[in-house]
Amino acid sequence: MTLIKTTYNRRSFLKSGSLAGGGMILGFSWLASCKPTPEQVSNIPKEWFDINSFLKIGDNGMVTIMSPNPEIGQNVKTSMPMIVADELGVDWKNVIVEQAPLNTDIFQRQLAGGSQSIRVGWSGLRMAGATAKHMLVAAAADTWQVDASEITVDAGVISHTASNNSAGFGDMASKAATMPVPEEVKLKETNDFDIIGTDRRNVDGPNIITGKPLFGIDIQEEGMMIAMIIHPPAFGMTYKSMNADTVKSMPGIKDVFPIDVYKDDTEKQWSDAGSIDKLVAIVGESTWQCMQAKKALNVEWEESSALESTEGHDEALTKLLNTSSKQPARKDGNVASAFKKADKVIERTYSAPFLAHNTMEPMNFYADVTAERALFNGPIQTPEFLEKTLASRLGMPVEKIDIKMSRMGGGFGRRLYGTFGVEAAVISQHMKAPIKLVYTREDDMTQGTYRPTYKVKYKAGLDKEGNLIAWHVKGAGSNDDLLFENRFPAGAVDNYLAEKFSLETNVTTGAWRAPRSNFVAGAEQAFLDEVAEAAGKDPIEFRLELFDRAIKNPVGEPEKNDYDPVRYAGVLKLVREKAGWDGSQKNGVARGVSAYYCHNSYVAQVLDLATDKKSPKVTKVWCAVDCGIVINPMAAKNQIEGGIIDGIGHATYSEMTFEDGKPQHKNFDTYRLIRHKEAPKEIESFFVDNGIDPTGLGEPSLPPIIGALANALYKATGKRHYNQPFITEKSVIG
Amino acid sequence: MANFSLKVNGKTQEVDVDPTTPMLWVLRDHLKLVGTKFGCGIAQCGACTVHLGDNAVRSCQLPVSAVGEQSITTIEGLSENGDHPVQKAWLEEDVYQCGYCQAGQIMNASAFLKRNPNPTDTEIEDAMNGNICRCGTYTRIKKAIKNASSISNA
Repeated sequence: MTLIKTTYNRRSFLKSGSLAGGGMILGFSWLASCKPTPEQVSNIPKEWFDINSFLKIGDNGMVTIMSPNPEIGQNVKTSMPMIVADELGVDWKNVIVEQAPLNTDIFQRQLAGGSQSIRVGWSGLRMAGATAKHMLVAAAADTWQVDASEITVDAGVISHTASNNSAGFGDMASKAATMPVPEEVKLKETNDFDIIGTDRRNVDGPNIITGKPLFGIDIQEEGMMIAMIIHPPAFGMTYKSMNADTVKSMPGIKDVFPIDVYKDDTEKQWSDAGSIDKLVAIVGESTWQCMQAKKALNVEWEESSALESTEGHDEALTKLLNTSSKQPARKDGNVASAFKKADKVIERTYSAPFLAHNTMEPMNFYADVTAERALFNGPIQTPEFLEKTLASRLGMPVEKIDIKMSRMGGGFGRRLYGTFGVEAAVISQHMKAPIKLVYTREDDMTQGTYRPTYKVKYKAGLDKEGNLIAWHVKGAGSNDDLLFENRFPAGAVDNYLAEKFSLETNVTTGAWRAPRSNFVAGAEQAFLDEVAEAAGKDPIEFRLELFDRAIKNPVGEPEKNDYDPVRYAGVLKLVREKAGWDGSQKNGVARGVSAYYCHNSYVAQVLDLATDKKSPKVTKVWCAVDCGIVINPMAAKNQIEGGIIDGIGHATYSEMTFEDGKPQHKNFDTYRLIRHKEAPKEIESFFVDNGIDPTGLGEPSLPPIIGALANALYKATGKRHYNQPFITEKSVIG
Repeated sequence: MANFSLKVNGKTQEVDVDPTTPMLWVLRDHLKLVGTKFGCGIAQCGACTVHLGDNAVRSCQLPVSAVGEQSITTIEGLSENGDHPVQKAWLEEDVYQCGYCQAGQIMNASAFLKRNPNPTDTEIEDAMNGNICRCGTYTRIKKAIKNASSISNA
């Protein structure tokens, strides 16, 4: 067993643990989703005992486990409580999951982003379960007057064989809650896990399939009005004036007014990026009435900065890539002299457009602000930061602000930026009434905070034997400099130079699922494919040679290289075996391979395209993943499949373009997202079983698939694809 | 404003709304049936799919005044206890990620299976193509529909 000091993370755990004996009360979640399913109702305990802030145990042995982090579809609401339950030793069928309240004094990092929930939460969640188990055992030992070390726990039953005593968790819960919180607890060995590593279905599944009100947009409160916003039609425009009178008299309309979302002295957080500071608000009785008023209202806007275009962005990025950086991000050896010596030099440029997040649930937030307190409820990936901004904007201490975390209809990074929460607050404050702010799809898609547009130029030099002797990469993006200069192939090439540039634009940008990696992986892996071909080598062999170099004799200081070449090579070998890759192309099938590391996890993929149809069709994807211990394989595979489909879809079909600062796509009639027909027929996932502490899965499967697709498209069409979306190069799949 | 008597999920309900109001908003704002989701408002994503009689329709494009005597079924009324074969198959396959589009997917799939109880893969793809899942659960949806088809035919 692993002995772990519970002082390991005071902030996340002990503070709550020390309160346990004092009978800390955690109310039931507001979420209807958390109500027990009908067959459990008869098992509802008469009394609950708070063991610590993560869990409480009922007198009948039912256990309620709090899921600390916001749920955006990454399934943490199931997987995080699974970790607690396993260390506790409870039968999963006796577990009820509730969304925890926002309280960062008790729970650490209540944030959905960077695929970090499981990785960061791992120890704290295990400790919560193990500590509770320790206290239950201590209670039993005291009751039976036996040595605690002789007591065993299995599926919610505490037993002492020698004295022939046994009790359920429910029998000991009352006493356990009064036991001292241990200073250290024993954690399970990884091969003793009962719940971790097993398939567990989404705890919200029954509520999702019956249409229960789970999402922010579903919130209905007494006296609540609907609010909508109108934002400037173009980046570079700002509010000037309007004539609201005719609209105010429309049926159901309560008020129409401009709002200052932020004041000059508002302390903004990073999560306020992409804010539009002046908007028009419309408040009415119903959504349809607000929509009608929105259409009828004439607002005048004025130019406040340059009105940019896609053509302009493209030219500016090209220009940046033709300059040299005074301070390269990383430099090993001497690329200039290596290119002179090289037998072959290949240079290619790749590009990708801005992308909207397009969560299926448009932005929305419920706010009820009075002079005394402010209540909020809605879909937010960064509730802690929103709370700070709200405190500053409303001039109210955080203690008087309560934010509840609703289930989110998708995040993909968009809901890291909670400016809509601030908008809702200001509108509610003005109306002196509770409101639910709802964006239309058009508001949502044209508001900004996009995935930046990118361009990257790669240059590689090969010697006569086909060895990679030089690598020069220049990356540029809008408000983002794109490169991870210390990732592969840094460390595997003697002469390496990385230069990065950021283009300032007024089109707002933000994190979009697997930031930077979502473009750079596809470009890099497509380029490597072309270089391997020029070297006359199998693309997997070529990569493995590079990893071998990075393992045996890494270039640069090894600790500087931000990846583990052994794990990287591991996933590539695994996918090679599973896909039966032998380098040959079969009739009617075009194959591509790709591998990438991001968000602490390693992924390698092989993608097959059927080429016998009018347009190529993705028939199968094999995906090998090293994310350490897999908490919930069924859900993990779901994330992998989603990332793959998301990557294929956006690289093939999606783009946001601009003219005179105006987003050229406003809804799904012209902004194309991948659909059923275009999705892969089959995806098979494989995990490396290595017992390493778990890392994230929400993002890592997306970036490399774009490379695998590009490489397969080349085999299918004989044409390399350099510019996303690939459909603009007349390559259609589906 | 005008009065409408609507048959929703087997019950007759009265609403007093603007006749142009789409059923989506009548359901969500007035009847408090929020299982039917708003995705695009222009019949491009399928999140708002309900049954009008036996047909799957986009409720964002169906004005309340056009409903008349026809019965409307929403996700809340698809089955008494969430045990319609399509719902069961969705649970079994653990289809969803964020879950937001799934009511629309389920309503479309259930109307489709009623018309075509033994669909091929291509027929499923064609029938479901109007329903976007931003999380990318398409392969699971397809599996669930095939499972549901075998459950109903068993």
